[in-house]
Amino acid sequence: MSARKINLTVNGRAVEAEVEARVNLADFLRQTLALTGTHLGCEHGVCGACTVIVDGRPARACLMLAVQADGAKVETVESLGTPEALSELQLAFRDRHALQCGFCTPGMLMTIEALLRVEAAPTREQIRDVLSGNLCRCTGYQAIVDAALDAAEARRGTR
Amino acid sequence: MSTRYFGAAVPRLEDPRLLTGKGTYVDDIVLPGMLHAAFLRSSVAHGRIRRVDATAALSMPGVRAVYTMADLGGFGARPMPAMAPHPLLKTPITCSPLASDEVCYVGEAIAMVLADSRAEAEDALGAIELDIEHLPVVADARQGVAAGAPRAHSGRDSNVIATLRGSHGDVDAVFAAAAHRFSETFEIHRGGCHSMECRGVVAAPEPRSGELSLWTSSQSPYMVRRHLATYLGRDEADIRVTAPDVGGGFGPKANVYPEEFAVALAALACGHPVKWIEDRQEHFLATTQQRDQFWSLEVACDAAGRMLGVRGRCIHDNGAYAPYGLILPATALASFPGPYALAAFDLSIDVVLTNLVPTSPVRGAGRPNAAFVLERLADTIARRLNLPREEVRRRSFVRAEQMPYVTGGKMRDGSPVAYDSGDYAKALSLVLEKIDAAGFARRRAEAAARGRLLGFGLASCVEDTGLGPFEGASVRVTPAGKVVVTTGAASQGQGHATTLAQIAADALGVDLSQVTVKAADSRVFPLGISTIASRVAVTAGSSVEIAARKVRDKAIKIAAHMLEAGEHDLELENGQVRVVGVPDMNVALSTIARILSGSAGVPIPAGVEPDLAATGYFEANQLAFAYGSQACEVEIDPETGDCRITRYVVAHDCGRLINPMIVDGQIRGGVVHGIGNALFEHMRHDEAGQPLTATFADYLLPGAAEMPDIEIHHIETPSPRNPIGAKGAGEGGTIPAAACVISAIQDALGPTAPFVTMHPVSPEQIVEWIDQTRK
Ligand code: FES
Ligand code: FES
Repeated sequence: MSARKINLTVNGRAVEAEVEARVNLADFLRQTLALTGTHLGCEHGVCGACTVIVDGRPARACLMLAVQADGAKVETVESLGTPEALSELQLAFRDRHALQCGFCTPGMLMTIEALLRVEAAPTREQIRDVLSGNLCRCTGYQAIVDAALDAAEARRGTR
Repeated sequence: MSTRYFGAAVPRLEDPRLLTGKGTYVDDIVLPGMLHAAFLRSSVAHGRIRRVDATAALSMPGVRAVYTMADLGGFGARPMPAMAPHPLLKTPITCSPLASDEVCYVGEAIAMVLADSRAEAEDALGAIELDIEHLPVVADARQGVAAGAPRAHSGRDSNVIATLRGSHGDVDAVFAAAAHRFSETFEIHRGGCHSMECRGVVAAPEPRSGELSLWTSSQSPYMVRRHLATYLGRDEADIRVTAPDVGGGFGPKANVYPEEFAVALAALACGHPVKWIEDRQEHFLATTQQRDQFWSLEVACDAAGRMLGVRGRCIHDNGAYAPYGLILPATALASFPGPYALAAFDLSIDVVLTNLVPTSPVRGAGRPNAAFVLERLADTIARRLNLPREEVRRRSFVRAEQMPYVTGGKMRDGSPVAYDSGDYAKALSLVLEKIDAAGFARRRAEAAARGRLLGFGLASCVEDTGLGPFEGASVRVTPAGKVVVTTGAASQGQGHATTLAQIAADALGVDLSQVTVKAADSRVFPLGISTIASRVAVTAGSSVEIAARKVRDKAIKIAAHMLEAGEHDLELENGQVRVVGVPDMNVALSTIARILSGSAGVPIPAGVEPDLAATGYFEANQLAFAYGSQACEVEIDPETGDCRITRYVVAHDCGRLINPMIVDGQIRGGVVHGIGNALFEHMRHDEAGQPLTATFADYLLPGAAEMPDIEIHHIETPSPRNPIGAKGAGEGGTIPAAACVISAIQDALGPTAPFVTMHPVSPEQIVEWIDQTRK
């Protein structure tokens, strides 16, 4: 297998690595960079568990090769907050009980994070629409929608 | 007991970790020298293995070993132990860790490759030469019971492995005397489970100690340890099994799987840690599903529509093996008569082997099937007698004053079923009021004006929860004043760490942040059973309460001595034992813990055992019965058959709520699972037993855009059968949900439409029914 050199920024940190062309971005993040917050639930682009933000837009890390991320700016769940200092969105997830097993959660967070950057005041329908690419088997989604609305409000400073 | 945390919607302790990507799921575990496994699986539903040749595969890059069962034969090429032996199953019907002779479903593992990476292991799979002779296939349980049908296992003379029977009263007399008798046949498809995390195992031999460590995404880590120890002829103490963070379970992860054994055997054979992470396609092929049931039933009622008796038969598809015994069909049977006070019933279930992936419980475990047919029978009566659906139910329910109510049915272990407490009619009235059933006619007319069909649905259920015999817990106060709770009860996202901590914090008067819960690690707590059957709050929760009370008593005894106060004058508050009304007179729990943890040569108070700790095992020998009613509205587009759920209301009683926020989460998730079963989830196979829906592109899970907001109302009738008054809440959302949605679709289609007796219901099917009705 031919390895290629890539340069990218991951969570604000410059990364230079040799990767096999066939390695997808999710495996690269998880295995090479040990950023295991990005999860794989289907590896065929339907479940959204692997969602990360690439150059400002949500992307499925299982459908993108690591070599395609050469030169890109990648953000994963590890960039949002820490257990001691959760981001507004993470706090809203906790307060609304928007996660149970937590497996879909990083993908949910990154999808909503990307939405809130372009849409400061999304409606319930808009959020449900955006989440249609992220599957969750535990929560039934309602609490995730609530959390997204709360986080949007918190960011707008109306809470 | 103070009630600072019990009953409060406190945020979960597990969340900060999980929200920041700091969870540790099995795939996040990396060990030095670890090899990656991939399985060669059968591509035919039934066949005889003639030859497996791995010569070419072994020379591929990164490949370290290829194992068949013959290569692992030193460990005994036997079938796996049966998880739940049943007297009707004379011999266990389980597969081997790897098939060596006959394969009985597409996806059965035949060989495994170990390589430096999963990708290299998968590359090598393609280079293994496999020669399989095709054998006749039975892919439908109805076909399987027919005379002359092909055999799912060539060595068996019948596909019917057992016939289960449940009866009570003189059913023939009840039917003979009844004013009305109606019959229906039902086809229930429940699909798979699809936790978002697939299964995974890491096994690591410890060369120095000879121990074997296993991390597995299991609901039953202690069962894995027990059965693996038996299989290997080892002591349980030499095997450490841990379930780390697990990304959802929902039933199938309660099984002990061939892959768990194969990975363990491979690690012992090669001396390296071995990891296997199931991919979604494997999950579709090799993780147990909850498969089809076909019911032929008759119901008898009096002139007022009161349900008196039910009789009939079910054909149950058990798939290719019965690793979990007869648990699934037995649970379906034990779920009769549901909330209804029947004078008699007589039911039998033929359990049939087919050449499909084995079946096992999925959320609700057969109870949704029983609820579906019972609720459809109630709707049949209403339709035939032109009565409101709620009236039939109200007249037929077990009444509050009949509690405790002996149903005449039997539990899986043969003991009589007795409902403990509750008011079923009250839940029904509550849900009707909250959904504004009275205003439905107006809403229907408005929808009709927009060209839409609006339907109103209703369903009720009873759920046996808190299955025994026990889950235990230890509670320990450390010399630093922290409280550590350990238990065998695994969590797959239910929030046990928080609910169990709430119970312990209240009993010991400490802040919740001082409590840590460690679960599902056999090195940390010696015994455990399974996180199934909505049982952990009742069993582990009660055990934490018992253990924490013992610790409390111990602390009070020491403090009374130190403070020279009477034990009755002391309370636990703020991490201290203090004199009631004189908070300045106190001794910290940490001080007591330090005294009881001992110093060389310094005596501890006489008559007190060392360590400020205790273990509790609540013996759950009687079940706690949760119940509830659900109501919903669906709006159908008659042109496309598109069916949207526009309202959904739940009334539920699971006894005392430990954390209402967590309970609501369980119920919402459960309802959505049931909606998926009603409208989307369909695992299709062709006649040759080939799965046709093996990706999320063709097997549909409910998504955020299609799901309604769900309103939940609680009734809290404490269970008298455990010290915390709790009943389980994990499955009550799912059990009646499919029946509720189908009832609404029926209502939308109108009184002259065909009677709906199956699910899932597709848009095409709805259009077809609309066409038939208009004809
Ligand atoms: S893992 Fe990428 S979408 Fe499912
Ligand atoms: S929280 Fe478990 S899948 Fe979403």
